[in-house]
Amino acid sequence: MRLRYLDEFRDPATARAIVDRIGNTWDGPPVRLMEVCGTHTMAIARSGIRQLLSGRVTFLSGPGCPVCVTPAAYLDRAIALGKERGVILATFGDMVRVPGTRSSLERERGKGLDVRTVYSPLDAVALAEREKEKEVVFLGVGFETTTPAIAGAIVMAAETGVPNFSVLSSVRTIPGAMEILASDPETGIEGFLCPAHVSAIIGSNAYLPLAEKYAIPCVVAGFEPIDILLGTLMLLRQKTEGAARVENEYARVATREGNRKALGLVSRVFEECDAPWRGIGVLPHTGLRIANRFSSLDAQIKFGLADFGTEEHTPCRCGDILKGKISPPDCPLFGTTCTPAEPAGPCMVSGEGTCSAYFKYGVP
Amino acid sequence: MAEKILLAHGEGGKRTRDLIRSVVLTRFGNPVLDPLLDSGLLGRIDGEIAFTTDAYIVTPPVFPGGDIGRLAVCGTLNDLAVCGANPVAISCSLILEEGLPVGELEGVLDSMREAAREGAVTIACGDTKVVERGKGDRIFITTSGVGTLLPGWRPSPQTVMPGDRVILTGTMGDHQVAVLIARNRLELSAEVLSDAAPLSPMLLDILVRFGADVRFMRDPTRGGVGVSLIEMAESTRRRIILEEALLPVSPAVRGVCEILGFDPLYLANEGKAILLVSPSASDAVVSALRRHPYGRGAAVVGEVTEGPPGVLLRTTVGGLRAVDYPVGDQLPRIC
Repeated sequence: MRLRYLDEFRDPATARAIVDRIGNTWDGPPVRLMEVCGTHTMAIARSGIRQLLSGRVTFLSGPGCPVCVTPAAYLDRAIALGKERGVILATFGDMVRVPGTRSSLERERGKGLDVRTVYSPLDAVALAEREKEKEVVFLGVGFETTTPAIAGAIVMAAETGVPNFSVLSSVRTIPGAMEILASDPETGIEGFLCPAHVSAIIGSNAYLPLAEKYAIPCVVAGFEPIDILLGTLMLLRQKTEGAARVENEYARVATREGNRKALGLVSRVFEECDAPWRGIGVLPHTGLRIANRFSSLDAQIKFGLADFGTEEHTPCRCGDILKGKISPPDCPLFGTTCTPAEPAGPCMVSGEGTCSAYFKYGVP
Repeated sequence: MAEKILLAHGEGGKRTRDLIRSVVLTRFGNPVLDPLLDSGLLGRIDGEIAFTTDAYIVTPPVFPGGDIGRLAVCGTLNDLAVCGANPVAISCSLILEEGLPVGELEGVLDSMREAAREGAVTIACGDTKVVERGKGDRIFITTSGVGTLLPGWRPSPQTVMPGDRVILTGTMGDHQVAVLIARNRLELSAEVLSDAAPLSPMLLDILVRFGADVRFMRDPTRGGVGVSLIEMAESTRRRIILEEALLPVSPAVRGVCEILGFDPLYLANEGKAILLVSPSASDAVVSALRRHPYGRGAAVVGEVTEGPPGVLLRTTVGGLRAVDYPVGDQLPRIC
């Protein structure tokens, strides 16, 4: 197996040329750019771009890490389902260590809770078919990238009749959250580096209203180092021109219209709702709930669960970090009571969390 | 001989004796082991003694490029070799699960014999226990090893200086990726072979030729090159800067890592070594390593520098970032 497009987008000479152009394009005070997506946050940290462009660009890390923004109450609910109803909880690996209010799936698994890590929602359907005597609940967490796969699993379970499978849905959508951040003067965002894979699903046109209404440049960029450098250069060029367009650096994958098939599947299974974001609060029209016609596969209805409720208060400042208002070292817990081994907040747990990126890759 | 391992094979009676005679001694037989005394009598050993032990529990026990038997011998030989010890003898304790096909055990023991032959070591003593079905995972092996330190050389982390080079003997991550693919849960097909190999002949040859120019060695098994280097930075109290562009990774391993979100720096190797070497000798050490079959991919991958202890990585695009301990498993990612 040899993958294409690895070396091309990590080429040292190309990178140097773009960094030089960034230097020639902008020599004012550092520009505040928000990378919305956790994968960008991690790629920026892993490739050392934060350090490479320091003084030119301040990267603010946005709320695009699904694990980070899932409310503690959601995990509490999942754990209770496992303990009280004896269901098998199937989950993506990233969720296992995320702290709920009092515990985590990992800790409860140690005490006997049946938690299975799956690579795809379809694996959870297959698990339900194997474990017919038990209920299997898939923890449906994610953004536009994972939602089509979750929708696909729901449709498949409905069509083939898997009565012991259901989904505890906590999926969210990105553009609405970006709009709320853009409208908050405290964030001071001067440009959005828009997510690569989310944009492959929703299309770059999804950001047009945002660019227009808030006069903020938006560039869809891939996750490779050259993509990020080029996306940054495109944002800085718009800044010098005083423009606020939507541009697409990731045209090799993302289109203007997005993936219609995936969007069709999602709109068949889900409908829009307000959603709680951990550390941020309830954001209107940023969540998706399972539509009534698939209610038999909605774990919340199937097990008669109440709504997830609102945020708990902790000294953890993940909320301000997710909004780009502070950077992780400004949080009093960072690196002291909150480390990747003993995370206090979700931004330290996830492989794509901002705090985890700073902790792991920051140069002392 | 029954085709499957039974509890009776571990009870010390006739079946145990028959199993050892027909399956173990036919393969490992040597003057130390053959009398089947309660200890292997090694005779007089000259020199300073190195002693190590390791337990092996891999699922599945057979994987492309090797099996748990090869791993159990190579792992212990390599632990001796990176300390500069010539292997003298190793032990072999087997914990077998009831129901294990005897043919599978024979295959594993064949691999142990072959690896011991390659590493020029005697299997001097052993033990066999059988656990009830469900209480083991087919086969667990523990090996301990005794070796004698090469005269005049010992691991010297305190002599590592800024300017010293970091040499890696080949590609990263092959063993762990081969095992992951063999578990067959990933639905990936890629030609990746475990790198499990006995490194003592190669590393001892290097030490004989280059002596104190080789300051310190480690074998980057569990936790990979990343964790071994962090530990080396701690024990030398030096800063190590790796060059991402120089780190060898095979295209197949790289592809699997890209798809699954793994970092090859943290993937286990079973036939690689990291050497911290003086700058004047480093080119010659690399050339000498490359003449050995298990060192063909050897390369300088970084340098010891001034600065606070720790490991940094200069990325292909020219950025600099820290390399830190991974926490927990590398997990499949959400997006």
